[in-house]
Amino acid sequence: MKRLVLIFMLMAGPLFAVQPDEVLDDPVLEERARELSKGLRCLVCRNESIDDSNAELARDLRLLVRERLVAGDSDEEAIAYIVDRYGEYVLLKPTTSGANWVLWLAGPAMMLVAAFMGWRFVRNRSTARAAPVEAKLTESEKERLRQILEE
Amino acid sequence: MITELGHFALILAFLVAIVQTVVPLVGAQKRWSGWMAMAEPAATAQFLLTAFAFGALVWAFVVSDFSLRVVVSNSHSAKPMLYKISGTWGNHEGSMLLWVLIVTLFGAMAAWFGGGLPPTLKARVLSVQAAIAVAFFAFILFTSNPFERLAVPPFDGRDLNPLLQDPGLAFHPPFLYLGYVGLSMAFSFAVAALIEGRVDAAWARWVRPWTLAAWVFLTIGIALGSWWAYYELGWGGFWFWDPVENASFMPWLLAAALLHSAIVVEKREALKSWTILLAIIAFGFSLIGTFIVRSGILTSVHAFANDPERGVFILAILAFFIGGALTLFAARAQAMEAKGVFGMVSRESALVVNNILLAVSCFVVFFGTLWPIVAEMGFGRKLSVGAPFFNAAFTPFMVALGLILPLGSMLPWKRGKLGKVAWSLRYAFGLALALAIIVWVMQTGRSALAPVGLFLGAWITFGAAVDLWSRTGRKGSLSRLMRLPRADWGKAVAHSGLGITMFAIAGLMAWEVEDIRVARIGEPFEVGGFTLTLEDVRRVEGPNYLSTMGTVTLERNGRFITTLHPEKRDYPVARMPTTEAAIDYRFTRDVYVVIGDQQADGNWTMRTYIKPFANWIWGGSILMALGGVLSLSDRRFRVAAGARKTPSTGVPAE
Repeated sequence: MKRLVLIFMLMAGPLFAVQPDEVLDDPVLEERARELSKGLRCLVCRNESIDDSNAELARDLRLLVRERLVAGDSDEEAIAYIVDRYGEYVLLKPTTSGANWVLWLAGPAMMLVAAFMGWRFVRNRSTARAAPVEAKLTESEKERLRQILEE
Repeated sequence: MITELGHFALILAFLVAIVQTVVPLVGAQKRWSGWMAMAEPAATAQFLLTAFAFGALVWAFVVSDFSLRVVVSNSHSAKPMLYKISGTWGNHEGSMLLWVLIVTLFGAMAAWFGGGLPPTLKARVLSVQAAIAVAFFAFILFTSNPFERLAVPPFDGRDLNPLLQDPGLAFHPPFLYLGYVGLSMAFSFAVAALIEGRVDAAWARWVRPWTLAAWVFLTIGIALGSWWAYYELGWGGFWFWDPVENASFMPWLLAAALLHSAIVVEKREALKSWTILLAIIAFGFSLIGTFIVRSGILTSVHAFANDPERGVFILAILAFFIGGALTLFAARAQAMEAKGVFGMVSRESALVVNNILLAVSCFVVFFGTLWPIVAEMGFGRKLSVGAPFFNAAFTPFMVALGLILPLGSMLPWKRGKLGKVAWSLRYAFGLALALAIIVWVMQTGRSALAPVGLFLGAWITFGAAVDLWSRTGRKGSLSRLMRLPRADWGKAVAHSGLGITMFAIAGLMAWEVEDIRVARIGEPFEVGGFTLTLEDVRRVEGPNYLSTMGTVTLERNGRFITTLHPEKRDYPVARMPTTEAAIDYRFTRDVYVVIGDQQADGNWTMRTYIKPFANWIWGGSILMALGGVLSLSDRRFRVAAGARKTPSTGVPAE
């Protein structure tokens, strides 16, 4: 959390995230712009979408998204346009291209492995014979037991 | 003078810790009771010395001793007293001293209250705990000494970051650290048991309170941090999936898994080696969390170079303890044979599923947090993994957990019938489903998020109530309900807390209303059924800041509700602006108002949010923590505490 605070320190000026003057007149387009903004990273901030960020650069990107939408781009085209210029670093939700499938599949794959191991363990336990109650007490434990019984 | 004494006490504590690491361990191996007994006074001395050092640092902050480097960088003479004190841990050096203070506190508590432990186990636990302290004492003394003096003290300090000057955040780090470090106790017990080569029900009964306490502290710490983010950062976000947040969330998930698996060890003597492994990994994640926060590696890979010494030091500590413990585990795990036998459908199996889901969800968070580094170093791709990824990849596990929770928590030990449990939960299920359907119909056309969240929350909460009621016997009676063991109450309260938090998060995300506009003074506007009017904007002077304060009246259907004062503050010393949102907290919704800049025409930008059920997120977290505390105060643990006294009276003088 402290790191997060640092970012806010770095952000100059008490600007707001989305400014009233940015909002598009067409509510449908604006809604789409907001949705897209939530998935784009503010490049000078830490882990913040341009929708939440107060930085100047985030504002520029928000205006760019709206510009593309007004120009008639689809959501995918607008995103592609921005990724072309700023790199995939701007995407808060990583793509599945290249090695990134490892990221997306890691959770489900681990779940399968864990479920299999858990199933084997439980099956093993359910078929095992009850272990005989072990009567192995150490000397000190016997001594302690004797004391308790005598008390 | 006090500063030098504090520094000296810290060095002494370091030396005591070294002795406490070596002597009891050797004593336990050779069965020399004198050497083993040495651990107890050493643990007490270590704690007192560290407490003195910490007290000296607090004193330096309180009297604003600007000959100390940390005080200059993080304090100011005009700062309110509360924040002078909390400034002690609002910086790297001080927070590490707090960390090690808590390590020694837990060690001392194990020494004071561990009378019933077998002497060899106790000596080994205290030795491992001291070893952890040694590592962190060395870290503080060699890389980040808080007692460093300046040759030429400045006239005044540079002030604490204003965002940190807040009651919510003043107590956020201590709670988190109590949680992180509480897991060090579970770790010490696990390693001691591995050296001992023996894990039994008694061991689990000793580990569980520590884990439970750690989990309670983590819950409170995380909730405080998220609440702070909600009201302080100016747009009401409460969770960002930021690496630093994930760093505290991962130990929380694992601590939750650990305290459930320890139940199986305690009651049924199964899952032993898994529980040991989990205890090691959970503390490992605490160290990873510290590493992430302290090295700054995840801010960006390059920030790591800013302070490589500290990062590498913590990485070495991590490698030594976790690597060492895992090696020991590999060598000794065979000895931990399971004893309990249970069927496929049983409480034990349900707790296995609980552990799988919690551990895998932790793995997902871990993988997502580290993936940007892996991608950059391994594939030369600079990319981000943000909230949309975690929301998509993490949530399914929590949904699955919520679905099975009421069923699993009611299954009997050893062997159960799913049909029977499902039948006793039929009303809870029906009611939850009915609520979800009503909401689904009422909010036509919106996302399924809220109905699903409501269903899960209601299912878990009602399920917990049914579970508690079923404990009173076939007929059920109120007086029996009140006399149930506190552990039963704790379970029900903590589980329903989880349900409430799940519902609140879904409800807030689905039903939030937002409004951004340029507000004209005196001209009312409507947001989500509320009427707001910006009455006026004034400049106000605070103790160490200047404020632009708006006055907003809030009305509904012409009926006055309250007056709100959103602020924009400027801290001249720290040269930094903050926004102070004005929030009207109510049971079912918050109205959240933020004031922005003045426009050229003299009007003001304003953001207004209606946030339904926002308080329920933290209410649920408080219930979770309360459930943990209830369970911790159960008779079982207190009886164990009473039993401790018998050996000292029963053993004749030698």
